[in-house]
Amino acid sequence: MTAVINLLARKEAWGSFLLLFVVLAVWEWLPGAMGVPVFIVAPPSRVWAEFMRLLDVERLFLHTAITFFQVMVGFVLGSLLGMVVGYTLGLSKTAEFVLSPYILALQIAPKVAFAPLFVMWFGFNVYPKILVAVLIVFFPILINVLGAMRTLDGAMVNLARSFSASKLQIFWKIQFPASMPALFSGLRIGSTLAVIGVVVGEMVGGNNGLGYLLVFGEGQANTPMVFVAILLLTFIGIVIYGLVVLLENRVLHYLPRAATTEKST
Amino acid sequence: MSDRIRLAFETVTKRFDHPRNGGLIVAIQGVDIRIADGERVALIGPSGCGKSTLLNLASGLDFPSEGRVRVDGVEVSGPNRQVAFMLQKDLLLPWRSILENVCFGQEIRGMSRAERRDKALAQLNRFRIADFAEAYPHQLSGGMRQRAALARTMMMDPDVLLLDEPFSALDAQTKLVLQADLARTLTESRKTSFLITHDLDEAVTLSDRVLVMSKRPGRIVREIIVDLPHRDEPLQRRRLPETARYTGELMNLLDIGHAELV
Repeated sequence: MTAVINLLARKEAWGSFLLLFVVLAVWEWLPGAMGVPVFIVAPPSRVWAEFMRLLDVERLFLHTAITFFQVMVGFVLGSLLGMVVGYTLGLSKTAEFVLSPYILALQIAPKVAFAPLFVMWFGFNVYPKILVAVLIVFFPILINVLGAMRTLDGAMVNLARSFSASKLQIFWKIQFPASMPALFSGLRIGSTLAVIGVVVGEMVGGNNGLGYLLVFGEGQANTPMVFVAILLLTFIGIVIYGLVVLLENRVLHYLPRAATTEKST
Repeated sequence: MSDRIRLAFETVTKRFDHPRNGGLIVAIQGVDIRIADGERVALIGPSGCGKSTLLNLASGLDFPSEGRVRVDGVEVSGPNRQVAFMLQKDLLLPWRSILENVCFGQEIRGMSRAERRDKALAQLNRFRIADFAEAYPHQLSGGMRQRAALARTMMMDPDVLLLDEPFSALDAQTKLVLQADLARTLTESRKTSFLITHDLDEAVTLSDRVLVMSKRPGRIVREIIVDLPHRDEPLQRRRLPETARYTGELMNLLDIGHAELV
């Protein structure tokens, strides 16, 4: 709360608000003035009206909640999986050597292309969406964790070894905490990707969620509805990204402030 | 100082696989060093002569290809409680407060939380950084960080301190202060020390004996007994005209001034 108040005290923040206001105004009036039809660009007033209508008759809250739930579950599971595999590969040179070509291949494959396959396997339920999210979140976490394990200063490990630390102690007291900054940059990326994974899953097959509303709105040429879905998806992304940043600020509190991003004070 | 040998390298040779051509690199060859209890020995030599290899062998992180390393007469077979090292890099863990960093070694060794906290605070007091117990490493200057590293090393209460260019990253004035702190600490605690350094003044002012190593493969080519007063006060010893004579001799031995090897 104080952070928000501090933010409001800054001149730049007011500049930001002013910009938002200008953009909304231009969005509202300019397309109409230039003769662009509403089904191409829906002005904010129409988007707002559609938002209220969807809340009322299309169970918009439920769709949003379902998408949010799938994104959260997919993000958490994908992150855990990425961490487990990342740390395992980081600890075992053999495992990394054996598995890295396949992991590379899978990393290059466009993950969202798996969505139809998962729908065929699991049907029109939450699983294919969560699975696409897991798959897409997995890689940035894995790559960042593995990178951190590889680039760790060997002298730090030697220091622990000189105190007769066990492998387990070296992991929990040196390697794991040392990987935190890299893990969190992976989580930041993963949190935005999770939304993409779930939306694609919903667009491919399903009858609920914001991705479904996107396709449904498109079918009806209901541009305001598409805008509402896009805005809510962005909102979900912001919420999850914000949660990651909050957690990061707690965990990485020991880092010099200048090194963490988007600190206003 | 007693006659008891704390740390001994007995004709130690260490070879490494060459990282590229598949051959062998002889890092050190036939090195014989015996350091008595309470003695302070410095080792100097050109870059890459295998000085740090000796330190890894003494701390049990690596093993000789030939010969033996003994600590208190027992062959070193792995990390042990009798030795502790300190490097040029402070190696403070950035996610731990200074107090937690000083506790780190004893935490691994299983000392109880209360006991290690008390002991760590005593060490922090000794090195005059108790005010920074709760600070994180990035908040400290290089000199204070190195003090914390020294406190962490002393916290292990080793018989032998292995010091690998511990002050070489510090500015000249901070270095002098820390050298004085180290000398005082070694005297108070009656520790044996083995100091690897590039700094000839440091070698002379902090040691009873200076060993000179050749370029690779590293051999001990000369031993100089430092027969100077002010053993515990390196700042005083530095002012003596004889100190310059010793460093001059070391410069000649290392061929400084007309050689490409340093």
